[in-house]
Amino acid sequence: MEKTHAIELRNITKTFGKVVANKNVNLYVDKGIVMSLLGENGSGKTTLMNMLSGIYYPDEGEILIDGVPVTIKSPKDAYNYHIGMIHQHFKLVDVFSAAENIVLGLEEKGRLNYKNVSEKVKEIAEKYGFKIDPDKKIYDMSVSEKQTVEILKVLYRGADILILDEPTAVLTPQETEKLFEVIRAMKADGKAIIIITHKLNEVKEISDVVAIMRKGEHIKTVKTAEVTEKEMTEMMVGRQVELNISRTDVIDPKPRLTIANLNMYDENGFKRLDDVSFIAYSGEILGIAGIAGSGQRELLEAIAGLRKVDSGSIIYTPENNKFENLVGKSPIDIKNAGVSLAFVPEDRLGMGLVGSMGMTDNMLLRLWNKKKGVLVDKSDSKKLAEDVLNELEVATPSIDYPVRKLSGGNVQKVLVGREIASNPSVLMSAYAVRGLDINTSYTIYDLMSKQKEKGTSVIFVGEDLDVLLALSDRIMVMCDGKVSGIVDARKATKEEIGLLMTKSDREAQ
Amino acid sequence: MFSIIGLIKAAVLNGTPLLFGTAGEILTEKSGNLNLGVEGLMFMGGAFGLAGAYVYSVITPNPIGFVAIIIAIVSAFISGVFGSLIYSFLTITLKANQNVTGLALTIFGTGVGQFIGEIMRIRIGGNVTIPNVLKNAFVDPVMPGFLRNIPYLGDILFSYNIFVYLGIVMVILMHYFLYKTRKGLNLRAVGESCSTADAAGINTDRYRYFATCIGGGISAVGGMIYIMTISGCVWNYSALSGEGWIAVALVIFCFWKPLNSIWGSILFGGLLILYLKVPVPFIPTQIYKIVPYIATILVLIFVSMKQKKENQPPHDLGVNYFREDR
Amino acid sequence: MEKREPLFRITRRQDIKKSTAYTIYLLAFVIAILLGSLVFVICNVSPVTAYSAIINGAFGKSTGIRQTVKIMIPLLGTALALAPCFKMKYWNIGAEGQITMGAMGAAFFAINFYDKMPHVVLLLVMALSAMLMGALWSFIPAFFKAKWNTNETLFTLMLNYIAIGFVAYLQGGPWEGKEGSQIVPNFNSNAVLPKVFGVHMGWIIVLILVFVMFIYMKYTKHGYEISVMGDSENTARYAGMDVFKVIVRTAMVSGAISGLVGFMLASGQDQTIYSGIAANNGFTAISVAWLSKLNPFVMVLISLLLAALSKGSSSLKTAMGVPASISDIITGIILLCLLGSEFFVNFKIIRRQKEDK
Repeated sequence: MEKTHAIELRNITKTFGKVVANKNVNLYVDKGIVMSLLGENGSGKTTLMNMLSGIYYPDEGEILIDGVPVTIKSPKDAYNYHIGMIHQHFKLVDVFSAAENIVLGLEEKGRLNYKNVSEKVKEIAEKYGFKIDPDKKIYDMSVSEKQTVEILKVLYRGADILILDEPTAVLTPQETEKLFEVIRAMKADGKAIIIITHKLNEVKEISDVVAIMRKGEHIKTVKTAEVTEKEMTEMMVGRQVELNISRTDVIDPKPRLTIANLNMYDENGFKRLDDVSFIAYSGEILGIAGIAGSGQRELLEAIAGLRKVDSGSIIYTPENNKFENLVGKSPIDIKNAGVSLAFVPEDRLGMGLVGSMGMTDNMLLRLWNKKKGVLVDKSDSKKLAEDVLNELEVATPSIDYPVRKLSGGNVQKVLVGREIASNPSVLMSAYAVRGLDINTSYTIYDLMSKQKEKGTSVIFVGEDLDVLLALSDRIMVMCDGKVSGIVDARKATKEEIGLLMTKSDREAQ
Repeated sequence: MFSIIGLIKAAVLNGTPLLFGTAGEILTEKSGNLNLGVEGLMFMGGAFGLAGAYVYSVITPNPIGFVAIIIAIVSAFISGVFGSLIYSFLTITLKANQNVTGLALTIFGTGVGQFIGEIMRIRIGGNVTIPNVLKNAFVDPVMPGFLRNIPYLGDILFSYNIFVYLGIVMVILMHYFLYKTRKGLNLRAVGESCSTADAAGINTDRYRYFATCIGGGISAVGGMIYIMTISGCVWNYSALSGEGWIAVALVIFCFWKPLNSIWGSILFGGLLILYLKVPVPFIPTQIYKIVPYIATILVLIFVSMKQKKENQPPHDLGVNYFREDR
Repeated sequence: MEKREPLFRITRRQDIKKSTAYTIYLLAFVIAILLGSLVFVICNVSPVTAYSAIINGAFGKSTGIRQTVKIMIPLLGTALALAPCFKMKYWNIGAEGQITMGAMGAAFFAINFYDKMPHVVLLLVMALSAMLMGALWSFIPAFFKAKWNTNETLFTLMLNYIAIGFVAYLQGGPWEGKEGSQIVPNFNSNAVLPKVFGVHMGWIIVLILVFVMFIYMKYTKHGYEISVMGDSENTARYAGMDVFKVIVRTAMVSGAISGLVGFMLASGQDQTIYSGIAANNGFTAISVAWLSKLNPFVMVLISLLLAALSKGSSSLKTAMGVPASISDIITGIILLCLLGSEFFVNFKIIRRQKEDK
């Protein structure tokens, strides 16, 4: 008799329009096993797992649970088969408490009794080593607390197969370690666990087997102990790659942006920037690390003139040493003052680009007001669009094709291409490689380095500490809107930065 | 003193159609559907409620008041469910723009309401109305005499027609449903974050359909109450116009909480009737009549200026959900 | 457990051929007409007779055509006024009030200055005053929207009732003709818009507006700003646009055009003013604007269609005793059907394959 697996996928294919997201995938996981699903961004890992959790329905192929073919049409079906997925973007209702989120959608009999829920939640939490306050509202929680609620939510539903989509992307190294403890406890309890990731060191650390995906296809599943990181990368990318970021020395650094005692409150009265001071030099890459939401976004938007600052100064020093305080200036004022500031925001299609417009009209975002007159002149932006298309090899049917319909990597090329076209003296970018495949990521790193060599002051907000350590010259760590430290990227370690990422908490206590 | 009691009574009576209109829309919006068609639904409810009671009075030799009330409620409710079903099908299943669909429903609903009203007039030649026995059943107080006779309190609390008490019971039930039951929790989750509710295994489409249709039915009953009590069982296009829109605005005023709609609707019921009850010599009636609309605007401005976390609309309000869009 | 695939699944379409999209719209329109027939059947009228009566009433005689064009003028004008607002995703449903205020602005000069200015000057002053009043009425909600994000849908709507209340007051008070009549007397001929081919020359004005609006939306900086704002306010801010200014300016442009429509109604069509002068044009124009996807040229067609429907329905009422509000119902049905048809343009339905391997 054939051995049955906790979960098995047979010949799964899924297409979106003309794009093949998954092609003939065969894969299985056993009980008490942690499997890493490794692949580049866009290699179809999440799509594949979403078919297990009922978000997508496969075009072809079948799913077997304990050897029995099943149909998963909705997340509800997935729960009935004891499959639980923790999505990368948490699925939690912000205004509900942890307990309310956990019982959401359950069809238990009887009256809703939060006392019983809380007890059961605490029981599960103790079993696997979590800490949680069931009555705490989600909007009061840190990222790692939210993740805990997500995991408890699926355990409460009796999940035996857990899928975690990039669970460590938002955690500090220390929080990651704690999460791995929990995963080991669950594994010991006989659960089958799938972790979607693209971080090789984590694959090595936590998983028993690793399944590698490339361009929607399953390449191979191997025992983690029997494979090296280099081999994994080659399977993932499909050829030999040198994943080295070349970092030149900083030549003749001069203060370009001097930020002093910057304070800012958001519209709800929360302090987003707390006495932030630092200097960004010409010809260097200043990396900014921190847990998501520690004020990185606000800082960049404040410098770009998109947010009002409550106090402090942002002094811009161009080549000819004429000072310019950017505080209180709008983006137009900043441009009119002769400050050449480029900004690649985190929200590509919601801030940097207009999704429904083509490349030409998107180039126009930076040029529309350059010439006088009532009518808008598109000739320059058309030329720029063509240049970007050719130089960065943007894959698009035409320069008028809506950018929203392009792949993530191409969208980012359009955005970055436009921003560096203006020969900026300051280039700011937030999560510039999020969601991009390895190739495009390295193209972006390369573009950043080239800007630095040209003497541009590059500010690079990132989430992958390995990348930050390899690319930056200095790394500024932010925590709760404060600068918790600035370190030399050539000497610092991940652990050191991890501690700084949660530093202000400890100081406050 | 006497006129204040009179004003309160008039405010409650004039507020009752708003109470139903608003409470129905709160239920709808809790599911994340912003149905701007309330005006149309209330028109349909008014026309069909009146038509229902009228048909009943014609086909029965000895019509009974209570039965007429039930028939009016049911026919108004069904017409509201029908209108909301169109809205739901378009926005939930076919994912059409909620704003425009709501406006289209208003055009359609006011058209249907006016059409029915006119048809009744043309067929009968003159204004449709129902026998006085039945008319009285809609407006007569329902509380026993000894309660009504309590000085002051009797007038303020126990002198009303059946719909006032029905409305209050309905709103309390709605509050209980939303905040104390599993289904209510699920419904609120659908309105707050549809993708979360979906990932938690909730059939989001079904919740949206139910909330929108039942909410629409309740709103339509409000239109019927207006025609049968305030307008004296006669179809009155111009008097009813605007009620539905005030109801939509009241939802914001009530911070999406059913219980708030009780005092909210009484307040606006009072504003609507103020020009009759408290005449001010140097303000012309036509100008006086716009007071409730100015009040609504002030409320909108005030609410937008003072944003608080607990007073926010459901997070996914107005947003259609498609599972494969992430 | 048996494996069951859902009967239907839907996915988003990547691209759609133009011809397929038009076929879908046309089908939706046909379905709407069929559903409309159902309403006639309920009223005991043969749909064929009814529709031919509508077409005859609207286009049969030259008087009918003139009537249809007359109805079309304010509808098209208001739809053009709404286009920039909707493009910006600013839900201005206050055109009704902006028209009324415009009419009031025009009437003020028509009533008080009809003998103090030459014809052309008076008309120009009336038009300007109407545009100013419309713009002002639109400025109020836009200011609060831009400043505090106050809900503009309800704000603009409430302003309709207030504008109508003002005119109702004037009609029964300062501007009243015969005492107790509640009617403002007809304007002096000096204040009346001249006719061209039997219809007041408003039709020329709106046709010019069609081209102006097309250019404004497509080729001007303002138009570009509006498009970017409609996609994302953050992007607009990022691109250095003054979001406050764009919202207020666009709303005022829209209000001014609505005001101009009010002028045409007061001076051209009705030659007087009354509280119901906007006659639901502000609302029906929303349908026109939306159905034509904000394309000014398509608006000409759609407004002609709805105007014909409206004119035809009033003939229907005289001929067969069917209430004229049937045109609202059919307009509603057409609108709802076309809204629903969008789905089939944006999504593809995949049916279950018969054989499961």
